[in-house]
Amino acid sequence: MSEAPRDIENLIELMAKLPGLGPRSARRAVLYLIRKRALVLTPLADAMAAVAETARECITCGNVSTANQCDICASEKRAVGEICVVEDVADLWAMERAGRFKGRYHVLGGTLSALDAVGPEDLGIPRLIQRVIDENVTEVILALNATVDGQTTAHYIAEELEGRCAVSSLAQGVPIGGELDYLDEGTISAALAARKRY
Amino acid sequence: MDWRDQGALLSVRKHGETSVIIDVFTEKHGRHAGVVRGGTSRKIAPILQPGAQIDVAWRARLEEHIGSYNVEPIRSRASVLSDRTALAGLNAVTSLLTFALPEREAHPALYRQTQAMLDLLGANEAWPTAYLKWELALLEELGFGLDLSTCAVTGSMDDLAYVSPKTGRAVSAEAAGEWADRLLPLPPDLLGGGSGARENVVQGLETTGFFLINWLAHSHGNKPLPDARARLVDRLKREARDEQIRADQR
Repeated sequence: MSEAPRDIENLIELMAKLPGLGPRSARRAVLYLIRKRALVLTPLADAMAAVAETARECITCGNVSTANQCDICASEKRAVGEICVVEDVADLWAMERAGRFKGRYHVLGGTLSALDAVGPEDLGIPRLIQRVIDENVTEVILALNATVDGQTTAHYIAEELEGRCAVSSLAQGVPIGGELDYLDEGTISAALAARKRY
Repeated sequence: MDWRDQGALLSVRKHGETSVIIDVFTEKHGRHAGVVRGGTSRKIAPILQPGAQIDVAWRARLEEHIGSYNVEPIRSRASVLSDRTALAGLNAVTSLLTFALPEREAHPALYRQTQAMLDLLGANEAWPTAYLKWELALLEELGFGLDLSTCAVTGSMDDLAYVSPKTGRAVSAEAAGEWADRLLPLPPDLLGGGSGARENVVQGLETTGFFLINWLAHSHGNKPLPDARARLVDRLKREARDEQIRADQR
């Protein structure tokens, strides 16, 4: 016999599937929600219902949106000649937090992976190339992770875009607050290769 | 059950929220998988990049269990990330080993050759020739070795120019005669000589590719070869074209 009524057990099971939550923490969270029904549970349920109804992928860039086009693609204030390519929406949000980039984005939704048989078509790379042509893009900035898969994808895109527009990538090297003694030799050699004059 | 070894990391797959399953090509235990707890953490994830040389301590209750790894970095090989051809080479090596090697079967000779190959990537201009020889070694190690020492028809060691697609044996230009167009090319780079010109390497890769597909992949139920190898060949073809253009301009 279960400890809680069936509906509540069902909610606990669903919550336990969320990242960072297991069965015990999901149980604690559900108990908290029930205790704070008016303050948290009802608004949370309303917000989730609203998002479930409206959330979709931006048809232009692949960002998460509640309309066909995301706020960034729809904004007239964003520069149209620059596209920043990111692996997923979390990376786009990280770039936006920095507040430096004023152009538009293209979310790949993953990286090329021989192991998982992820090819260029699965990542919307042909759609990116079409955007570069249609939107008269002058520069594509590859903001992909400094991992083997991320850089393999970056090199592939750079090759596909050769001759169509300028292609640049984020710098790699010593992070702010980083100490040389703790860096791996790959990071140090990348930093040395990308050194700049004072 | 526990042991400690060193090896090259071949692949990483997520396992649950915080763990990963890694495949490592070790010297004494061959291609061996294991779980790394906390493998997605900021501290460990940068170490777990394909191609990295790592020290692994494996532990499991029973031999047949997947077991868990404790991982220590030895060499990252991250310097190839900025070199697109070398990175394509690294992807081809790791994905072909994942594709071809049986699990938990030691291949010390291939292990040593793989180490040397990975260390050459990006560090030496001639690494594509070393890669070509590595593919030959991979075929040999798995029982599909080519016999390129003498001509299959005349027994001569001179003028070897082709490889028979049926037997994998060398054929001299003279013996090939009118059958030449049905044979595979045998560039000098496959024989241990040659200039390392990209065009020759590409020719050699077409020959090894034929046997990888028709012999090795056939024995794996005709599974397609990893895309990473095709991407490396495309990349080297592009370099061969560029070499040709530069030669024409001179």
